Amino acid sequence: MAYLLVIGTRKGLFTARSEDRRTWEVQGPHRLDEADDAGMSPVYTVGIDPRSRRLLAGTESWHFGPSVWHSDDLGATWVEPAAPPIRFPEDTDASLVRAWQFAFGPEADTVYAGVEPHALFRSVDGGLSFSLVRSLWDHPHRANWFPGAGGAAIHTVLPGTLGSGRRSPEAITVAMSTGGVYQSADHGASWTPTNRGISAGFMPDEEPEYGQCVHKVAAAPDGSFYAQNHHGVYHSTSPDTLGWDRIETGLPTDFGFAMVAHPHRPETALNFPVVSQEVHLPPGHRLSVYRTDDSGATWHAVEDGLPKEPYFGIVLRDGACTDGAAVPGFYFGTRSGDVYAATDDDGRWHQVVAHLPDVLCVRATEV
Amino acid sequence: MRVTVHLTSLLRSDAEGAAHVPLEVDDAAVLRGVLDTLTARHPGLDRRIRDDRGELRRYVNVFVDEDECRTVGGLDAPVRDGADVRLLPSVAGG
Repeated sequence: MAYLLVIGTRKGLFTARSEDRRTWEVQGPHRLDEADDAGMSPVYTVGIDPRSRRLLAGTESWHFGPSVWHSDDLGATWVEPAAPPIRFPEDTDASLVRAWQFAFGPEADTVYAGVEPHALFRSVDGGLSFSLVRSLWDHPHRANWFPGAGGAAIHTVLPGTLGSGRRSPEAITVAMSTGGVYQSADHGASWTPTNRGISAGFMPDEEPEYGQCVHKVAAAPDGSFYAQNHHGVYHSTSPDTLGWDRIETGLPTDFGFAMVAHPHRPETALNFPVVSQEVHLPPGHRLSVYRTDDSGATWHAVEDGLPKEPYFGIVLRDGACTDGAAVPGFYFGTRSGDVYAATDDDGRWHQVVAHLPDVLCVRATEV
Repeated sequence: MRVTVHLTSLLRSDAEGAAHVPLEVDDAAVLRGVLDTLTARHPGLDRRIRDDRGELRRYVNVFVDEDECRTVGGLDAPVRDGADVRLLPSVAGG
């Protein structure tokens, strides 16, 4: 079995392949655009279609705007559709800043894109073209969503679940900064904010119905959720009926961006703590990953294989992932350009590559 | 009237490799009309230079002869017969 890791950075796209997930062959930066001699476009999001193995990359050129590229040969060659894959309809008076997230629906060739400004798009042709999900764009709350520090974006899209034991092909959960978590039980026809219990210290009402700055939500295999908030770490088995419970006790900070759920064990998740909204550094200047195996009741550091010297690069919200394999691999990259991998039966981090540009996103799969 | 659009090398792949694109446009055309004519011939250019609302991208500079268009009316900048229109990347990046 081989594994593919796709790494989006502030200066281009890289890929890494491995047979054992300990030693990796890294390639890149890949030249998506033949006119881009340096392969330097920032890659803010990547996706791997679990069925077709098509790769999607969301880029943004400083000068010439955003785009979505795809590769049907695991990253060797890339294609940009003739028509912009994501484009706001004329009547919206909005323009795509960039794609922030690709997620794959239960139906073949269904791909969701969370984008900036706050919007959700759906593709039914594998990501070649997308249409705006009007119901969320027209949501009366949208006028009150405002940009987090990173922008006004829907950065998390989780098709298929509303909570523990509530998997459904009609279900979609999204999260945005700011705005919080919204869920749809009817294939995106209607949306309900489901933020009860999540704090918003920057709002007059510290637990508003919506408006939270949720940084990332991860879906566990039973359909429950873990969330890293703008201060506050949460778990929920049913956001709409039971709300969210704080689970940051045992973590060095309650701030961070990334959160990864174990693909087979609902009680296990990884968190990547960051010191506060002002500081944005690893706690104690130490690169560290924290793991819970009891749904957030307790956490322990998983640091074997990571640098012991002072470290200053944090993990961004899509800078961590799992490959979803039977023995899952976990991956993360930092703003210092270092990428690590660990398998669940090993527990030791192995460096995939060092000294890349800032890592913005990673995704991995068996190939 | 006739104008010539000059493309930065980064945009030529969207114009079949052309560095210079001569265009016939209405005598009363302003810059918007020139760009409409240009992108009708080379549709792939449109997304590079204008956003979903049809506005010029922030870091694309368009010179009409010697004037950056934003100083002479933006997309409504007048264009003379024989004008040179240059599409250039602005100072940005990092």
